[in-house]
Amino acid sequence: MAEAINKDVLVKTRGLRFAHASRVILDGVDIDIRRGEVTTIMGPSGTGKTTLLRLIGGQLKPNAGTVEVDGQNVPDLALKELYQLRKRMGMMFQTGALFTDLNVFENVAFPLREHTRLPEALIRDLVLIKLQAVGLRGARKLMPAELSGGMARRVALARAIALDPMMIMYDEPFTGQDPITVGVIMQLIRQINDSLGLTSIIVSHDVAEVSTISDRLYLLSQGKVVAQGAPTELQQSPSEWAQQFLQGRPDGPVPFHYPAMPFEDDLMAVA
Amino acid sequence: MILWLRSLGRGGLDFFERLGRGNLFALQALAGIPSVLMKPMLLVAQLYSVGVLSVQIIVVSGLTVGMVLGLQMYNTLTDFGASQSLGPVVALSLVRELGPVLAALLFSGRAGSALTAEIGLMKATEQLSGMEMMAVDPIKRVIAPRLLAGIISMPLLAAMFSAVGILGSYFVGVGLLGVDSGAFWSQMQSKVDFYQDIYNGFIKSMVFGIVATWIAVFEGYDAVPTTEGVSRATTRTVVHTAFAVLGSDFVLTALMFGEK
Repeated sequence: MAEAINKDVLVKTRGLRFAHASRVILDGVDIDIRRGEVTTIMGPSGTGKTTLLRLIGGQLKPNAGTVEVDGQNVPDLALKELYQLRKRMGMMFQTGALFTDLNVFENVAFPLREHTRLPEALIRDLVLIKLQAVGLRGARKLMPAELSGGMARRVALARAIALDPMMIMYDEPFTGQDPITVGVIMQLIRQINDSLGLTSIIVSHDVAEVSTISDRLYLLSQGKVVAQGAPTELQQSPSEWAQQFLQGRPDGPVPFHYPAMPFEDDLMAVA
Repeated sequence: MILWLRSLGRGGLDFFERLGRGNLFALQALAGIPSVLMKPMLLVAQLYSVGVLSVQIIVVSGLTVGMVLGLQMYNTLTDFGASQSLGPVVALSLVRELGPVLAALLFSGRAGSALTAEIGLMKATEQLSGMEMMAVDPIKRVIAPRLLAGIISMPLLAAMFSAVGILGSYFVGVGLLGVDSGAFWSQMQSKVDFYQDIYNGFIKSMVFGIVATWIAVFEGYDAVPTTEGVSRATTRTVVHTAFAVLGSDFVLTALMFGEK
């Protein structure tokens, strides 16, 4: 039974620790991302969510612990092997990270042109299929500067699935978007995950949105996993911290006030 | 005193660490050049933006520098009764020194700063990260074509600067001040040696091209990915290139012309 579960796990981190200068960002993180599921890593800003994605993608090396993707330990891979693995990973950055000197069509065609020797007609068809999936086939001639934030993210999504990856990572996909765009992106993440048989990892702090589309949630705080489970399980979590985060309470284990001397003492103190 | 020593030591360590990083980066970029040759269109696009777009400033500056040089040299040479030697004096100044050095400084202001800003902003907007995650090496795809374009463009721009400068001084010397046209060209032809002057000038501009483009792409790649970071990196490109070009010019001049 245990082995069967392990085969279902695409990304597995164990004892993952990452420190930048003297600041510990991740401190012993154990996470399992199951195949075919949408898993969300949640937590307040600065808890190392994006760092975790970069560790999975091999852009950063951990100080300790392992990051296994499809059975390969990412930190141990040579550059060539890492690039082979990355061809099977897609990533949608917070800003979209589109190439500003290429139009929408060429942005989506970029990975195909770099990694395949397909004839131009086939590249055109593939790009149009991907753009159709995100609803932007008609915008293929626009430059990134002419796109709204939501459209840029959809193009980035089309580009991320251009090579038909096994998994896709989303870095804060909903931040700063209007409700319609949020709805569109939510629907796209779920649809693309299910129709292409992908595995999706979302990094976000938008509780309501990710609870709707995720199969599993991980809650990170100060570099540690404080709660995990299906969205309904997480709502029942005994952790006070988790409850404060999920319900957006201004005060609790995360205090409203930045640490300081008592207010009265501060007022009476001679300047 | 201890604090001062400590900050001095830290500054020194930072400097050498950055220099080492820059050198490793240069090696990686040079190793990426063969892959650029496999995709010549990348190089052509960069030759256009780095080289062709710099032609205007090079031609205008070369012309004015040549005209001023013609005027100044004529006045001095006339005092010694040697005004007919204007041609070789101007040509030697331009081909040996002013052409390569001024073209490199102008190149750094026009193209180098643009390269740093472009690469720095690509980093700030996660385009370089995105490329890495798409299994495309940004050093091969972004840096190497720009470095090669700079190395190819610089000697051509310097040659253009010298040629236009000579025409400018011809216009002032022969056209306005009455120097004999035959003497201007024939003395230039007899005094300017291909190997000693033109070839050495070419070597200088080649070295400046490597230095100026290397500094520009490294500063962009190493920039702190914020608005302020990119702005600082762009300034550093122009300042460091000026130091590096002028410093290496002295060394190269001493090696090439120091024996006489």
